[in-house]
Amino acid sequence: MDTHRTTVLACIDGSTWKEAVVDYAAWVSRTVDAPLKLLHNIEHRENPPLSDLSGSLGLGTREELLQELTALEERRSKILLEQGKLMLEGSRQRAIAAGASDPVKVQRHGSLTESLIEMEDEIRVLVVGIRGEDHENRLNRIGDQLEGIIRAMHRPLLVVNRPFEKPPTRCMIAYDGSDGARKALDMVANSPLYKGMQCHLVHVSKSAESPLLDDAAAKLRGAGLEVVTASLQGDVERQLGEYQQQHQVELTVMGAFAHGRLRELLFGSVTNHLLANSTMPLLLLR
Amino acid sequence: MLLHSTKKDWLGNIRGDLLAGTVVALALIPEAIAFSIIAGVDPRVGLYASFCIAVVIAIVGGRPGMISAATAAMAVLMVTLVKEHGLEYLLAATLLTGVFQIIAGYLRLGALMSFVSRSVVTGFVNALAILIFMAQLPELTNVTWHVYAMTAAGLGIIYLFPLLPVVGKVIPSPLVCIVTLTLVAVLMGIDIRTVGDMGDLPDTLPIFLWPDVPLNLETLTIIFPYAISMAIVGLLESLMTATIVDDLTDTGSDKNRECKGQGIANIGAGLLGGMAGCAMIGQSVINVKSGGRGRLSTLWAGIFLLILVVFLSPVLKVIPMAALVAVMIMVSIGTFSWSSIINLRKHPLSTSLVMVVTVVVVIATHNLAFGVLAGVLLAALFFANKVSHFMYVASELDEAGTTRTYKVVGQVFFNSADKFAAHFDFREALDKVVIDLSRAHFWDISAVGALDKVVIKFRREGAEVEVLGLNDASATIVDRFGVHDKPEEIEKVLGAH
Repeated sequence: MDTHRTTVLACIDGSTWKEAVVDYAAWVSRTVDAPLKLLHNIEHRENPPLSDLSGSLGLGTREELLQELTALEERRSKILLEQGKLMLEGSRQRAIAAGASDPVKVQRHGSLTESLIEMEDEIRVLVVGIRGEDHENRLNRIGDQLEGIIRAMHRPLLVVNRPFEKPPTRCMIAYDGSDGARKALDMVANSPLYKGMQCHLVHVSKSAESPLLDDAAAKLRGAGLEVVTASLQGDVERQLGEYQQQHQVELTVMGAFAHGRLRELLFGSVTNHLLANSTMPLLLLR
Repeated sequence: MLLHSTKKDWLGNIRGDLLAGTVVALALIPEAIAFSIIAGVDPRVGLYASFCIAVVIAIVGGRPGMISAATAAMAVLMVTLVKEHGLEYLLAATLLTGVFQIIAGYLRLGALMSFVSRSVVTGFVNALAILIFMAQLPELTNVTWHVYAMTAAGLGIIYLFPLLPVVGKVIPSPLVCIVTLTLVAVLMGIDIRTVGDMGDLPDTLPIFLWPDVPLNLETLTIIFPYAISMAIVGLLESLMTATIVDDLTDTGSDKNRECKGQGIANIGAGLLGGMAGCAMIGQSVINVKSGGRGRLSTLWAGIFLLILVVFLSPVLKVIPMAALVAVMIMVSIGTFSWSSIINLRKHPLSTSLVMVVTVVVVIATHNLAFGVLAGVLLAALFFANKVSHFMYVASELDEAGTTRTYKVVGQVFFNSADKFAAHFDFREALDKVVIDLSRAHFWDISAVGALDKVVIKFRREGAEVEVLGLNDASATIVDRFGVHDKPEEIEKVLGAH
């Protein structure tokens, strides 16, 4: 079976976002009629499990150390494996209840980013929580691995940051006329995910209204979507945030990390800001 | 890519790395002094080298958590250079070693490590352990009974102290050994050789210095052979150690980056007045055992070593050599692969022979590179010999008794070519000979040559010769196998054509 770009992949871990991720993924899977895959990644903690500071080397210290480390990690991995299996089964049941047909469970070892890069070919949409189990309580911060994952992936990525209530009915597309934004627009126009949603096409600039929204709106209307356009002025992050709240937008669609790391280090990244401060899920198109 | 490292590499394990780095720094001091003495230079040279190599490799190395510093394997290579030409030439050779290692890194020679079999690696570490032990013997000959007593007591402390509850696992026992023996020697006023008798210790921070040698062809011819040897041995030990740390921590490493990193570290050492070094098997194991995993452990080991040495040099001077010898005997015992002795009888004779030959050649030449070369060659010969057994020739006479068909199956190459030719009966009077090669693989020109000889011989006896499937059989005479890593490609070359 050709699995190229067909799967909705949901990343499950022990965090509180687990259920929301499953619900949103089930919604996407149902709407775009794509199979759902649930991924639990067993991350190996680097922190050494033992610490013997005696600094001496005896007969066969190397062999003993290897055995000792292997035994410790074996025990730890077995527990994580078992926990992951339970989590995956729970998530599977939840996804089935939410209407996904026959979700597949996958468990991988290693870093999440590496696992995702390996699976990238088969991913159509990736669904992740805003923070992993390690940093659940850091409000207004995005998870440690999220930015790395977003940068490494070249697939649509849904970042979940609140419990799923009902399928979104209003989405906001942040549009700046760049190549990336145009590609994002094409994807929205061609995807079944947005059918029946009210699309708010929003452009934020420093100068007065530009004609670029009209073409874009025409394209979306041509695809049969209901479109509202808005041209705002001022600070991109604040304007988008305010618009989102005013119009009760339930999903923000945008291109992500258009600039290199260095520039973002100096000037800050719109994507990072929105990720950290948005109260509604974001769909990032790369 | 040389400076690339993740946050996790540096800050993923701060507490463990700092503790382990401290333990390693304490253990590096006696080793650096001991290896300087082996090389015949002032302890200062080894200590500066250890500081610089550890710090540089922490940043540019390809294997986080591995410890590099001045080593015995390198020290034994420079003995004659130092003796005949002096320290400045050693520093120049160290710089050249670094250059060679960087080139090796860019040429991706790290991949050649796949030719170094497990038995050769075992032979290498065993030979290294024996070299370290032998280097201690001068300290143990023609001395008073005090030295023997001190050394024995030191070994006792090193091995028994870790058995004590709680403190045994917190305080490094080699440190306890050195402190105790130093106190005993000083307080009881025993007149034995101390570290201070062996040469200058550092009392300042190292400074940048270009080696004071004439920049001409003569200098190059002097240092070239030493630098080549040191570059090879340094890379061998570093890559072997990297593999050991990979296994212990269940993580991967970048071997070619490690080659370049070792080169940069050695250039740094040469410029700071230090001797060439490489990764250390024993210290890396100690680092992992003490909980070190990240680059921070190596960096801190280097920095802490320098701090200790500069501030404690008056104290270092009075450490009795017996204490150092005890520590080095521990390193030697810990480096030796004792299970290989038991495995000598369990493993196939050819494997054991490769290991033993590697050890013997190293001990005879004091050059680990020669030992590894001998081991690798021997292993390759044994392998070729094994593969040459996978060949047989079946033959069949037709009913009229005038045509014989020879069917060749298996691997024909330089080692099996003569055996191949011997399978044909040239005395038989025949009209026609058919040689069916469709299930044979001709690997090289020797095989083709042997076939030519067979065909000509039959012709001379008046038989008509027909060779079947030669094109398929000789498809294996290719030098580049890069394209043959897919199942269908292998099927094309090796399948039953």
